[in-house]
Amino acid sequence: MYAVRQWSVRHARGLNAFYRGFEATLAALHPFWKLIGYRRLERPVAVVERSVKGLLFDCKMCGQCVLSSTGMSCPMNCPKNLRNGPCGGVRANGCCEVRPEMKCVWVQAIAGSERIPGGADALSNVQAAVDRRLQGRSSWLRVARERAGEPE
Amino acid sequence: MNFEDEPVPGYPLPILPGHTSPGRFERVLRAGQFAVTSELAPPDSADPEDVLRRARVFHGYVDAINATDGSGANCHMSSLAVCALLTRVGYAPIMQISCRDKNRIAIQGDILGGAAMGVCNILCLTGDGVNAGDHPQALPVFDLDSMTLLTTARTLRDEHRFLSGRKITFAPRVLLGAAENPFTPPAQWRAQRLAKKVAAGAQFIQTQYCYDVPLLKAFMRQVEDLGLLDKVFILVGVGPLRSAKAAEWMRTHVPGLHIPDPVIERMAGATDGAREGRNLCIDLIQEIRAVPGVSGIHLMAYRQEESVAEIIDRSGVLAGRVPWYPGRDRAASEGIPSAGDRAASEGIPTVGDRAASEEIPSGGDPETNSNRKVS
Repeated sequence: MYAVRQWSVRHARGLNAFYRGFEATLAALHPFWKLIGYRRLERPVAVVERSVKGLLFDCKMCGQCVLSSTGMSCPMNCPKNLRNGPCGGVRANGCCEVRPEMKCVWVQAIAGSERIPGGADALSNVQAAVDRRLQGRSSWLRVARERAGEPE
Repeated sequence: MNFEDEPVPGYPLPILPGHTSPGRFERVLRAGQFAVTSELAPPDSADPEDVLRRARVFHGYVDAINATDGSGANCHMSSLAVCALLTRVGYAPIMQISCRDKNRIAIQGDILGGAAMGVCNILCLTGDGVNAGDHPQALPVFDLDSMTLLTTARTLRDEHRFLSGRKITFAPRVLLGAAENPFTPPAQWRAQRLAKKVAAGAQFIQTQYCYDVPLLKAFMRQVEDLGLLDKVFILVGVGPLRSAKAAEWMRTHVPGLHIPDPVIERMAGATDGAREGRNLCIDLIQEIRAVPGVSGIHLMAYRQEESVAEIIDRSGVLAGRVPWYPGRDRAASEGIPSAGDRAASEGIPTVGDRAASEEIPSGGDPETNSNRKVS
């Protein structure tokens, strides 16, 4: 929802702090996830992730979440799927060239990043091309598995 | 520019130390010359002559010709094909690649194919959304973005492999470019975005139309503060406006295009809008040339391509230099009139009383054209 998405950017600092703790917990629970089986967990966790992040960020479930690097503004909401900064068509009022009724997700991302400690530095990382195979899959589980060094 | 070791004009040059392409455009930039590029509007036609005719209007005035890739999301002849036609005759095209219509498999194939046909310069763009053009019902691809397109092209060139990791046997030897728009929000982040593009592999930048030099200066200062000036060549976009009405329409309808009020007022005050547009463009070029760190201009004269010669000539930015074109060296040795002379004889205005009275250096005047060096 657009209004909630904007709220999330305004509260980027708090959301980011919460996510840091959440990610650490997820990673700590790796043995537990492994016991149940990551494959078995994939579908239910993805459903939860989709509803929570869908509500807060209009998450598109790209499966490789970069919200912490983009000021809690989901770049997949950009009509051009830009993950590395705004295009040259941003309107003078900061709105999207393709969808004029929407604030540019990158104008939002920059505003959100300024609220996150170290957020401005994270913006300058060049993000790799999206792996389209991960579409629809849980980012949370992937992060937990990767942090534990568990191969897929 | 003429190079001693150029075997046949238009054929690949030896790659000098520190260069990444065998092209003339990189040579001109790295030699510290003020470079001029322009844009060829690809035809809605399958006739090669339509491309070559459009290239001929630039003879002797541009160092490289951008071949646009479905610009404005409108369908035209592909940039790869335009480049193939241009390189056959020896032109130095800048192949634009947009991410809107092709995925990473097609794009990497085009980079190899373009380089194989003699393309030495590639401009990596995200591209306009499909709803901007004449096929709004099309699928927007955007598999890559301009940044990942740059890293992809650099991977092919420097690591001799596809994104998949598979080896390629002969890497594309290209100069990589990107676009930037210093004139649109978020203004404070535009220089940083340029830094990011440089980090991703951009070696030259062509900007959006500049009608606001103070804004450009502020941007260039930020670019300098980020230490980017010795890492990237910046060519500033310029273009002649046709009338005050057209300018007003453009700034309200073209997202990312910034035209300040004084520019509109100047256009509105003129009796001959098109002529004033060219004069304004020349004034802008001369101001832009004086901005520290600017390596050249990218003159986009959409549907006014025939005015490029006059604008470049009267602006004097080539300082007597005659960029290569097919037959240039023969023309110089046989005393065949240069492109400027030809324009004058065909009644295309090349120099106004204004230019003469303001003592704009170098050659709009047909007589001074003969002084333009073939070097």
